[in-house]
Amino acid sequence: MAGSTLEIKDLHVSIEGGEILKGVNLTIKGGEFHAVMGPNGTGKSTLASAIMGHPKYEVTKGSILLDGEDVLEMEVDERAKAGLFLAMQYPSEISGVTNSDFLRSSINAQREEGDEISLMKFIKEMDKSMDELEMDKNMAQRYLNEGFSGGEKKRNEILQLMMLKPAIGILDEIDSGLDIDALKVVAKGINSLRNETFGCLMITHYQRLLDYITPDYVHVMMKGRVVKSGGPELAQRLEAEGYDWIKKELGIEDATVENA
Amino acid sequence: MTVDTKLPYEKEYISNYSADRNEPEWMKSLRLRALELVDTLPMPKPEKTNITKWNFDKFKHQSEGKKLDSLNDLPEDIQVFLDKENKNSNLVIQRNQSLAYQSLDNSLQEKGVILTDLSTALEKHSELVQRYYMKDAVAIDENRLTALHTALMNGGLFVYVPKNVVVEEPLQAIFWQEDPEVATFNHVIVVAEENSSLTYVENYISHNEQEEAVANIVTEVIAMDNASISFGAVDNFAKGTTVYVNRRGVAYRDASIDWALGQMNDGNTASENITHLIGDNSHSEAKTVTVGRGDQSQNFTAKIVHFGKQSEGYILQHGVMKDNASSIFNGIGKIEHGAAKSNAEQESRVLMLSKGARGDANPILLIDEDDVTAGHAASVGRVDPIQLYYLMSRGISQKEAERLIIHGFLAPVVNEIPITAVREQLTQVIEGKVY
Repeated sequence: MAGSTLEIKDLHVSIEGGEILKGVNLTIKGGEFHAVMGPNGTGKSTLASAIMGHPKYEVTKGSILLDGEDVLEMEVDERAKAGLFLAMQYPSEISGVTNSDFLRSSINAQREEGDEISLMKFIKEMDKSMDELEMDKNMAQRYLNEGFSGGEKKRNEILQLMMLKPAIGILDEIDSGLDIDALKVVAKGINSLRNETFGCLMITHYQRLLDYITPDYVHVMMKGRVVKSGGPELAQRLEAEGYDWIKKELGIEDATVENA
Repeated sequence: MTVDTKLPYEKEYISNYSADRNEPEWMKSLRLRALELVDTLPMPKPEKTNITKWNFDKFKHQSEGKKLDSLNDLPEDIQVFLDKENKNSNLVIQRNQSLAYQSLDNSLQEKGVILTDLSTALEKHSELVQRYYMKDAVAIDENRLTALHTALMNGGLFVYVPKNVVVEEPLQAIFWQEDPEVATFNHVIVVAEENSSLTYVENYISHNEQEEAVANIVTEVIAMDNASISFGAVDNFAKGTTVYVNRRGVAYRDASIDWALGQMNDGNTASENITHLIGDNSHSEAKTVTVGRGDQSQNFTAKIVHFGKQSEGYILQHGVMKDNASSIFNGIGKIEHGAAKSNAEQESRVLMLSKGARGDANPILLIDEDDVTAGHAASVGRVDPIQLYYLMSRGISQKEAERLIIHGFLAPVVNEIPITAVREQLTQVIEGKVY
């Protein structure tokens, strides 16, 4: 078997006391592309944030394992070093830290001391990835995400994904705020990572992204759980018919998470 | 209370001190006049900081320093401040109260540029010094400390750039308080005549962790019509030195004075940086950074006073506080009646790293004119956990992530320091203080 395996078992997650995820089960293997879809407010982004270890989310039950290692026991930086990457929906702006210094620190953080990437090699790789993403070279010297447009932030997340080459990449609403041309460019970048070992979890509520990045598996979330899984044809049916048929099939009236 | 103690220096001592240094008559009488004023004047009262218990009177007044045969004889932590890019061609080093090293590019000398210690300047350019010494910028009777400074001045620098002369390379001064007990009553005058421009960077350094000393510094920066001055400083006095530093700018028509001050003292510090925008269309940016640690108490006032029409003043103060340090940041923009179409902006930001630290940011606008624009912003906060999460999600450790955020926070000012070596050194000093 090639690549890593991320196993999410019966995951329950709360924010400020309110339970958002109510028992999510999902397994992503190296080489596979998974899409998690669902209406707004059903817990998709919470799942992404909980996997990465966002400080506001508390896991109350269940487990997350990466190649059998307990992810929940790891600090956020340890999760990254273990091979997880999250392209965030709302990346932070950090003043005074240039994009390129940040990227180089990130790459070096995942390498052994004494084995840091050379400046030349780093610049070459960054230039190449920026070209692929059709990014303005000036963005390397701008402060991290500061004053970036929505689209620039998304490209910058994918730039990091391409340069850090994680075992498992999680993309949280990477398509939101992108026009169709930008979406094509970003999709091209993501597709370039496709190989036998790279596993990917895409979170979206539009089918549109999946026109450009074909998933192997599609999962639908409602009420804080994965309620239906299937192949790419499931996404196509959702595109054509919406979510109502699933609600009817499962007897769900309101798909959002109830927070009493 | 220290304020009530009688000064140990009498009229006769001052007269002799002045005579020993062959000072001109005007300087001696100015010292004596100031001495008489000392006990009649109140201490300065920095907003929200009580400095009355600080040591301003316990110090040794005189200490000579050896000449440096070579810059290699400097301690390692001073050598690193030297401007190697510029081959140290425009440099003065003062060791205690003595001139230890001096160089000025020949072409600048030919153009009439002066960069020399104050004692030499009094000897060679007495009238020029007299024209600016405690005249347009700081007055001797502002408070007890300015009077004390005038009476006991024991070192300093005179920088003068004549009309129409543009000095491209930075001029640098290093003031090294080598004797752990000696006071630094330093007086720096920087004058840019009409249509001239210059960049000046100074460093104050001492190593007295235990011994008590005082620094009572007055700096007067004068930009005549259409002149521009870029002034950078890294203050790095050790814990034992109590610091009062008064840096004052006066900008005439179309002139600009830009300050980039790295205020990295380890002892109690009261810093006052005031710029008077006298002329129409004059301009000043006052950018300061500080890192407070240990039990030190500091007060930083940055003030720009607008007299000229269409004058522009921008204050940016960034501070990082850790341990039990406390700091007050006062950013004051004052627009006088008649200074129409002026613009005053202040921004004060404090980053707190420890529970015991205290920081207080007070942007203040005082406006006596209707037709102006003004704005201010202030914040006191901790390192944002969401920013930390973002950096750490790329594999960066918490410590390194905090380091990036802190350096990023201070970058807007650090990047303004004109000499690369000094800028890098300031970054190192920050690094040393934060971790």
